[in-house]
Amino acid sequence: MTAKPKKKVKLKLRLYVAGNAANSVQAIANVRAICEEHFDAEQVEIVDLLEFPARGLVDGIIVTPTLIRLFPRPVQKIIGNLSDTSKVILALSFK
Amino acid sequence: MALEATIPEKKDALVKSNASHAVVTKLPTGIGGFDEITDGGIPRHRTTLVTGGPGSGKTVFALQSLVYGASGKGEAGMFVAFEESTAQIVANAGTFGWDINALRRKKKLFFLDARLAPETVRAGEFDLTGMLGILEAKASEIGAKQIVFDGIDVLLSLLDDPALERRELYRIRDWLSRTGLTGVITQKAGADPDQEGGELNADTQRYNHLQFMVDCVVILRHKVVNGTAFRTLRVMKYRGSGFSGDEFPITVGADGMLLTHRGPQELRYRVSDERVSTGLNRLDHMLRGGFHRGSNVLISGAPGTAKSTLSGLFAEAACKRGERTLYVSFDEGADQIVRNLLSVGVDLAPHLKSGLLEMYSTRTRGPNIEDQFGDLRARVRAHDPQCLVIDPLSALSTKLSHLASADATQQFLDFLKTQGITVVNTSLMDGLSTDEATATGISTIADTWIHLSYLVQDGERNRALTIVKSRGTGHSNQVRELTLSDKGVTLTDVFVAQGKVLMGVARWEWEQAAQTAKGRTDAATDLKRLHLELSQAEAVARLQVVQTEIEARAAEIELLAMETGSASRLLVTGQATMRKLRHADDEGAITVPQLVSPPMRAGKKRRNGVAS
Repeated sequence: MTAKPKKKVKLKLRLYVAGNAANSVQAIANVRAICEEHFDAEQVEIVDLLEFPARGLVDGIIVTPTLIRLFPRPVQKIIGNLSDTSKVILALSFK
Repeated sequence: MALEATIPEKKDALVKSNASHAVVTKLPTGIGGFDEITDGGIPRHRTTLVTGGPGSGKTVFALQSLVYGASGKGEAGMFVAFEESTAQIVANAGTFGWDINALRRKKKLFFLDARLAPETVRAGEFDLTGMLGILEAKASEIGAKQIVFDGIDVLLSLLDDPALERRELYRIRDWLSRTGLTGVITQKAGADPDQEGGELNADTQRYNHLQFMVDCVVILRHKVVNGTAFRTLRVMKYRGSGFSGDEFPITVGADGMLLTHRGPQELRYRVSDERVSTGLNRLDHMLRGGFHRGSNVLISGAPGTAKSTLSGLFAEAACKRGERTLYVSFDEGADQIVRNLLSVGVDLAPHLKSGLLEMYSTRTRGPNIEDQFGDLRARVRAHDPQCLVIDPLSALSTKLSHLASADATQQFLDFLKTQGITVVNTSLMDGLSTDEATATGISTIADTWIHLSYLVQDGERNRALTIVKSRGTGHSNQVRELTLSDKGVTLTDVFVAQGKVLMGVARWEWEQAAQTAKGRTDAATDLKRLHLELSQAEAVARLQVVQTEIEARAAEIELLAMETGSASRLLVTGQATMRKLRHADDEGAITVPQLVSPPMRAGKKRRNGVAS
């Protein structure tokens, strides 16, 4: 019944950024690259806190950039510009 | 030339300061004493750094300032907590009577829980741009004027790069400057290793630049000296404002943070000429009418010298005058004090019942003297007494030899003075060595100092009372014997004989001997008086004799005169008569009228006048 896990895991991600701050710009590029190579990201929502600050409160965002893995559960939070690729892959694969 | 050179510089400086908020305006923190030493509080629209070790009161400082602004003037504030949960902070604030949740509901306070979940993964550099964006939106929503970043080092240490940490701090400062919010940043200074002057240890070196970056630096310390913990506050830096840079003792009590010392202040309180009875008639006389109202009385003495009894008398007298009185005891329970005082005729029970008198018995609570005095202050405020007894005050300070204890004691007594409360303190002291009293600074602040001592003599122990000093009143310099009985307390004159002060039986014996001796002296005096009276009487008698003799002599002289006068008259009359008898011849007829001529008559009359 259960299909054998594909090589690429399906993910639902949200990335909080702050305008075009250096770290934020880097994070957007990094998350796209990682997903393309290692995961099958159905959706990467990018939220600019400078435009939608209230949304940051809902998700408890303290620093930017913050990447949230909404699916699969449990919810994972990764902070930083995601330049440490291996850490990001490890965190996103966490079950 | 030199002048010309300096003037443009000054102008330049003025222009600069004008550019960035010409005059520093201040935001009161509501922290008693802090607003005074900084002349108004923390700088508005600028950043204040509050640094200190664990438990030094950083969060309380920041929170108190926020709550004061929000509840007092309705100026909304924000609190960003990097270390504690909002629930924890709200609960802690509750102990100071601050209703954070009510203020949150009224949108006067906003809390951001800025703790990162422990499972958060860090992958690369991050910054605070997003958080500041959120805060800015919130600030304009609620109209916040003040913001606190509490424990930001917790977050920044995750960056693990001093340069990046600095960058984020500058980001916050610039953001504050741009938004015009008044910022408070708290920062841990590690455990204070009790080194004088070593305000920041190596642990915090990396945040040293913070102190240069911000406009105002407040250093809180929690230190232990001789086993006693106390907290202090020091303003290290305040751009564009004068401030007192001393280290001030603080308490964190029921009303939050309070500077218990506000620096060398002018001693200013109302003084009164009114006298308050000591409760002991003769002591009132010795003090020429009693204690001054609002003065500070120290009763020192060895154990059992009736210090508490004198305190009780004072309290009873106060209640009888209808004055509210607070009796604080660190020695005995209230019931025991009442019972013991009743045994010497001092009845406090009815006053306790009427509520005029409140007795507060406690043990010295913990080693922190500031807390102790904080507690007493609260008691005093609650009961609002006119007269106060602290028995013994030395209980608060005997453990401590540090100056802080003297300082705290003096502060407390000064506080009582400003309230116009007449205070009787007792102090346990053997002998009249001034060491202990000086150590606690009581001897200098006491206006009246009564010392009680024991005199051991001839197998007896008797109590002696001396007035060591009494400011502004004449007072007896004599030692009095203090005797206690079920009829009450009495003061008796003591005798000094052969260089010894006599008391008790020795005094009684001396009194008896003196009485006998006096009897003898009296009899001798009487005898002497009699002798003298006799001689006097004799002299008076002799005087009488002489007087009489004088009179007799005078009479004799008169007699003699009279006899001489009549003889001459006889001679003249005789001649005339003889002529008449002769029926005078011519010669004789001529001479007779001459004889009766007026000059002759007059001469006769005069002579008669003399004779009579």
